[in-house]
This record gives sequence, structure tokens and C-alpha cells, in this order.
Amino acid sequence: MHIMEGFLPHPWWEIWFAIALPIVAYGVYRLSKLTKKIPEAKPLLALMGAFIFVLSALKLPSVTGSSSHPTGAGLAAVVVGPGITSVLSIIVLIFQALLLAHGGLTTLGANTFSMGIVGPFVAYAIWIAAKKVRLPTSVGIFLAAAIGDLVTYVVTSAQLALVFPTAGGFFDAFLTFGSIFAVTQVPLAIGEGLLAVVLFDFLAKYKGQLLSAMKVIKLPTPASTHKEPKQQ
Amino acid sequence: MNTKHYIIIIAVVIAIFAIPLIIFPNAPYSGADSAAEEAISGQGYTPWFTPLWEPPSGEIESLLFALQAAIGAMIIGYFVGYERGKKAKKEIKETETAQ
Repeated sequence: MHIMEGFLPHPWWEIWFAIALPIVAYGVYRLSKLTKKIPEAKPLLALMGAFIFVLSALKLPSVTGSSSHPTGAGLAAVVVGPGITSVLSIIVLIFQALLLAHGGLTTLGANTFSMGIVGPFVAYAIWIAAKKVRLPTSVGIFLAAAIGDLVTYVVTSAQLALVFPTAGGFFDAFLTFGSIFAVTQVPLAIGEGLLAVVLFDFLAKYKGQLLSAMKVIKLPTPASTHKEPKQQ
Repeated sequence: MNTKHYIIIIAVVIAIFAIPLIIFPNAPYSGADSAAEEAISGQGYTPWFTPLWEPPSGEIESLLFALQAAIGAMIIGYFVGYERGKKAKKEIKETETAQ
């Protein structure tokens, strides 16, 4: 999903910065509010940042014969919220732009928008919806992480198609970039969803109180049958 | 879920990424990011800005990617081990006081 350095001409790179930065600023506000209100949440922030760090470093092979990487941002959106996730994402993207020549400083706004904003907000919305319709927790986490990952790549495809429409127009270009990015991403998104399920299940078991204080999950009351708090 | 479930899920994840390599051993597996880059360059676009610094070789680049993954994995491993140890200690204490 990284749009390479210099690949967004004026005025597009400025537009994406203008959209992304206020949301990152909101994330910084949420971050300071969370750490003040629930200081015990700090290790969770580190953990979510670490999950994004690992997953976005792994370039994995896909059935399309090319490779790509997951983002890890969907799980973070569920646990610490999409605003804070945008902050975690921009940190990773800056690291990759400066040290790996992967992505870029001029495309940072656009890449933050796809990976740190739309993906996480969609993941969060799916998680909330899954809770509303009482899907099992693991199913909700899987859908949130997998679809959040996929949506990020759809956004990247749209961002590139807006700037580089082909003779067939925006939609034709969107399909071209979509076939490069989004299709390759499908198995990766499934893999990311599964890993997110494992890590979240661990968190629910060992950090249930904290997740409940952060209003991520409700600890089971005798009435609800779903999650098992103290198994093993 | 218990450890057995975790192992099964992780085995499935590994299978998802091993299967393409087995079915299409001769595919290039180049990065989607660079494929998009090529599609754009094919339209005659030249980037107006270049990275401030680039890893001098593929080896150095993979070093930095490995470092990125290692830092993340270290934090996750520390967290998981710490929480498991904390819980185990608490359980030992509880059984001691119960006796």
C-alpha cells in the first residue's frame, strides 16, 4: 500500500496531508487522554505498535504471484481505537520512509490516510457492528482485521487512480491498480485476521479487566454465555 | 481457545503463505508496491521527489526490514511472557495460601 516517494504530484500530496494530519492530531489527543485516564493501557499501546511493526515488515507471497505486506492496524483500531492507531501507523510509515526508502515523505499523508485512517476506522466500525449483532468475539476480530487490511489497499488503488487515470478513465485505472494491490492482498488479509484473533484472544484472557475498563469488551456476566474469562 | 487452537491457527497462517510458493514456484513474487510504481512509470510519469536516503543494497534493505520485525516481535514476546509469568505467580500464591 506504500505509494512510493515522489509518486503523488502537486496538489495531491498536499491534499492527503491536509486530510490526514487533523486526524493524526485527534489521535494524539486521544492518546494523551487514554494514558492519563488509564495509565495501565501503556503496555497495550506498545503491543499494538509492535504488532503493526512486525506485520508491516513482512512481505508475504500471494496467489497472484506477487508479494505484499499486511498492516496490523485493524487489531490496534479495535483495542486502542482508530484515532490512536493513526498515530501508531504514521510512526511506522516515517520509519519506513526514512530508513527503508519504502513509501515516502511526500506520500506520507496519502499512506497514513489509507493505512492509518480508513483501514482502522473501517475495522473499528466492523468490530462495533459485530458486537451489535452479537457475533462471536473471534469472528468480529477476524472480520475487522481482515477487512481493515483489504480496505487499506482499495484506498491506495483509488488514490493512485485519481492521479493516474488511464485512457479508460478513473474506474479503469482503479481496476488496474486494484488488481495489483487488492487481489494480491486477499490471502494476506485472511492471514492478518487469523493472527489478530490469536493475539486478541490472549489479551482477553490475560488483560480482560483492562480491556473492559477501556470498553473494548464487556466482561461476561452470568447472563451472557459467550466469552470464557478464566479458562485454564 | 487454548494453546492447541493457537497452534492450529498459526499453522493455517503458515499454510496460506506456503501454498502460493508450492503452486506457482516460478512466479516472480515481486512487490505489489513496485508493480504499481512500474504501471505509473509506464504512463511516462517521473517522480518529482526521491528518497532522502536509500539502503545501498538489497542486503542492507532486508537487514532493516528484519530489524523492524525483530523489534516488534521482541515487544510482543516480552508482553506475552510477562503476562503469563505474572498469572502463573499469582496462581502459585493462591494455592500456597489455600493450603
